[in-house]
Amino acid sequence: MNDHVVEAKSVEKKLGRGAGEVHALRGIDLSLRRGELTLLMGPSGSGKTTLLLVLGCMLTPSSGSVTIRGTPTADADKEALARIRREHIGFVFQSYHLFPTLTATQNVQLALDIRGEHGRRAAQKSREALAMVGLEQKMDSLPGELSGGEQQRVAIARALVANPSVVLADEPTGALDGKNGQSIVRILAETAHERERAVLVVTHDPRVVPYADRIVEIEDGLIVQERADRPRMPTPVPFRA
Amino acid sequence: MSLVLTLASRNLFHDRLRFVATMVGVVFSVVLVMIQMGLFLGFGRMVTTMIDHASADLWILPKGAKCFEDPSLLDVKLRDRVATMEGVSWAVPLVIGFSDWRLESGEVTPVFIVSADLRDGSLQPFNVADGNVQALTQGANVAVDRSYFDRLGVSGVGSTAEIRGRKVRVVAVTDGIRSFATTPYVFVDLKNARNYTGTPRDRASSVLVRLKGDADREKVLSAIRAEVGEAEVLTSDDFRSRSRSFWLFGTGAGAALFAGALLGVIVGTVIVAQTLYSSTKDHLNEFATLRAMGSSNAYIYTVIIYQALINAVIGFAIAAGIGSIVVQMTAKSALPIVITPWLMAALFALTVVMCVASGIGAIIRVVRIDPATVFMR
Repeated sequence: MNDHVVEAKSVEKKLGRGAGEVHALRGIDLSLRRGELTLLMGPSGSGKTTLLLVLGCMLTPSSGSVTIRGTPTADADKEALARIRREHIGFVFQSYHLFPTLTATQNVQLALDIRGEHGRRAAQKSREALAMVGLEQKMDSLPGELSGGEQQRVAIARALVANPSVVLADEPTGALDGKNGQSIVRILAETAHERERAVLVVTHDPRVVPYADRIVEIEDGLIVQERADRPRMPTPVPFRA
Repeated sequence: MSLVLTLASRNLFHDRLRFVATMVGVVFSVVLVMIQMGLFLGFGRMVTTMIDHASADLWILPKGAKCFEDPSLLDVKLRDRVATMEGVSWAVPLVIGFSDWRLESGEVTPVFIVSADLRDGSLQPFNVADGNVQALTQGANVAVDRSYFDRLGVSGVGSTAEIRGRKVRVVAVTDGIRSFATTPYVFVDLKNARNYTGTPRDRASSVLVRLKGDADREKVLSAIRAEVGEAEVLTSDDFRSRSRSFWLFGTGAGAALFAGALLGVIVGTVIVAQTLYSSTKDHLNEFATLRAMGSSNAYIYTVIIYQALINAVIGFAIAAGIGSIVVQMTAKSALPIVITPWLMAALFALTVVMCVASGIGAIIRVVRIDPATVFMR
């Protein structure tokens, strides 16, 4: 069985045109595997976010190829890329990007609604996803009534509820204090190790490092170092707040 | 409630001030269109009220007569020729025209004389509220509408006044026979109508024809047309259409009403479009998030269209309430606003179309969203 959920081969990405053209990625080879938490680290401007966007099917590579569970993204139009994201990818953003007028349950349910899953079953799945991240008591709260850590947990529940093959997280602990950041890292680690998902975390946060299976360092659009199979912290017990 | 509808409604109601502004726009627009079209319908009905209440099948008119109030005259001998034709039950001359009504106070006001035919019943006072219409055949008796009591200086049956210097007495009072031109209708018998309007004995304004029940209408119509070549013969429906067409479009009144309605639609569309666009712009980050999560464009369009539909339904409901109050307030006026179920249905459809069309700008804006922007914020 092929554990490679996402595969990038010789990916190059040029942004802008003419004199303003930037060679953001210069031949990236990277695979994301089931059950693995991969960290993508590197200085600002190194190409981390561009790589995340390419792997997340929001940008197509200028050359090279990206496949998501065997589906190439190269010739896909915007709607086809959206369908791949919808079916295979869960996103966690630094700024959470929750819908302020919807409750926590409704925010999570949106991820199912856009896939055509509606009604009580979808609501039930959303509540289960919130319970999984320890928010049983906050299901009917609006984002404005939640702490930053709680909001990020809602965002993770939203990313996971549709059972994606891969979770891409962009600085998920960037806006959180130590305790909340630690909880989010543990949930992401559990997602990778217990739920057998491929998880890629773009981060500067050293708190995440002990949980990682692999650390990929990028600089000037090139992978400069990849450390794998290093000892990591044991997978935590299923998370509860 | 579906989640997409929930999202749409929360997006709308989240900013209450903007929602109120949108509602003001929709309601103003719909009420304006409703009143204009209601006036159009009311005007259309009022200009044909005499034709509607005549029991004639055919109208023989001077060539080119545009409406019931047309002052042209024709040769009354036509009546004798037509009355004896096969398939004709009766033919009755009608005399109409303006005259002067002198109140007991000495004040003079114009009135519109209509000759009533009580024998065959071709056209006689309707909606009689008081008095005896049959008395019109005796002496100088008249029937007037109670809505013009003040104008005519009368208080009911038994009141007196003068028409062209001849004393007249009110013997019947009607309710709701109003003239769109605000000149009161006064029903009198044929002979008096000639005297009051100065119409010669050998002339009439028109001849009303009733066909026998078993007559072949087309055949009789053709025969009468051939017989009275110097005049025009119209069915009641044709005469009604011609009158409406003249008053509504020949005079420009209808065009003015339509222009007002169009203005309402434009104002409503612009206001709703502006607020929807503004709302969408405020929620761009959320739409980008949806897109990043993999939502189809169709899903996002649905949110915007639902917002437009919510605007339409709530705005129309408020406007319909205001419209019904306006209808009641104008029911007894010189030009009542008429709102029919069909007009209501058409206005609702128009409101929906207007609001949905207003969403196009917002949709165009959303189409340009780059989902990658959510990683930059």
